Amino acid sequence: MARPTRGFFGRGRSPRSERLPPGQYDAGDDWPVLSAEVTPRLDLAEWTFTVDGLVERPVTWTWEEIHALEPSEYHGDIHCVTTWSKLDMSWAGVSVDTLLHAAAPRPTARYVMARSHTGYTTNLPLADVTGGKAWVAWEVGGEPLHPEHGGPARLLVPHLYFWKSAKWVSGLELRDSDAPGFWEQNGYHDRGDPWLEQRYQGD
Amino acid sequence: MTDAPVRPTAWQVATVVAVADETSRARSYRLRLSRPVPHLAGQHYVVRLTAPDGYTASRSYSVASAPDGSGEIELTVERLDDGEVSGYLHDVVEAGDELEVRGPIGGWFVWRGDAPALLVGGGSGLVPLMAMLRLARARGRSDLVRLVASVRSPEDLYYAAELPGPEVTVVYSRTAPPGETRPPGRLAAADLGPGPPPAGLTAYVCGSAGFVEHAGRLLVEGGLPVDRIRVERFGPTG
Repeated sequence: MARPTRGFFGRGRSPRSERLPPGQYDAGDDWPVLSAEVTPRLDLAEWTFTVDGLVERPVTWTWEEIHALEPSEYHGDIHCVTTWSKLDMSWAGVSVDTLLHAAAPRPTARYVMARSHTGYTTNLPLADVTGGKAWVAWEVGGEPLHPEHGGPARLLVPHLYFWKSAKWVSGLELRDSDAPGFWEQNGYHDRGDPWLEQRYQGD
Repeated sequence: MTDAPVRPTAWQVATVVAVADETSRARSYRLRLSRPVPHLAGQHYVVRLTAPDGYTASRSYSVASAPDGSGEIELTVERLDDGEVSGYLHDVVEAGDELEVRGPIGGWFVWRGDAPALLVGGGSGLVPLMAMLRLARARGRSDLVRLVASVRSPEDLYYAAELPGPEVTVVYSRTAPPGETRPPGRLAAADLGPGPPPAGLTAYVCGSAGFVEHAGRLLVEGGLPVDRIRVERFGPTG
């Protein structure tokens, strides 16, 4: 433990939810917007989502087609590396398991690179987006996902820091090796587990 | 200037060597790093406060100073309503105090001082852009940058004494100072410069989410490709 900072006693930790990972605070009703690019205006008529790379059959869905897949929801918390968390959110979309099942990953696939319509990328182990842990989500709190929060649809990987949940997601590329995405090239951690405080490279 | 190799993201102790008010709600802290690491204009540091029982609170603050080899950095901190960290920094910290910091962090919203840049800042979003302006001036390359700062009123302008120059435009959204010919109002396309953006220009936009969206839209409508715009949004993360 670091030595105490003179005159700092902190607040907001009693009662502190056990669901807050170390170094996080509860943002309550706030939902800060953090992204590195101008919010894009995406036309649903032209929107697509693609799974490709090390798969048996690359698949591309239109907005209508992806909505015809089996719906899936996430109820729980999200954690941003800038130290805010939001508890008890409700998200709806489709499970990444459903999308991967359609494309049939090859046995050599170990990692995914998520990409966005803006060119944003983020890398994840395949194991972090399978087994009911990840979604492509287009609704939050029963409302369409607002563009500034990644709408019309974003990746949702709530057990990792939220930069992994790529806004304006356009696809997943399955890979046999890891490679850093946008923030990962810029100093942020390759995995980003909030419970291990994997914020920056080297953590 | 670095006496030992240091991981850029390792925590280190920094000593506050000076504190200065920028406005009634913003204050600059000059920190002497115990293990200096060169930074790039636009990068930020994390400040971590630790309570006697081990509770910690961390927030990120942009560096306002240009990289200058001094082993010191200047952070400008806006006091947020109910801000746990900014409130502590404003109420308690004085010269001589030690703070735990890690950085520099961020490799995207940075300007290396060698290419044309349009800097657009709203309110406290001016801070990382100030590092870029200071770098340009220190190198005698003010010709490379144009800075547009948008503030509500003259009382809200950071670095007011240092800022003015031929490469700087200040836009007042609510109250303009006496003698200002532009009527107060929201940032407009005309404030961002005449004519189409020159080739090779990169825009750096920093401020609240609303300001960044507005300014970004003006730039795109003005003909700047989306991939030439780098943004940093300051959220309510007191």
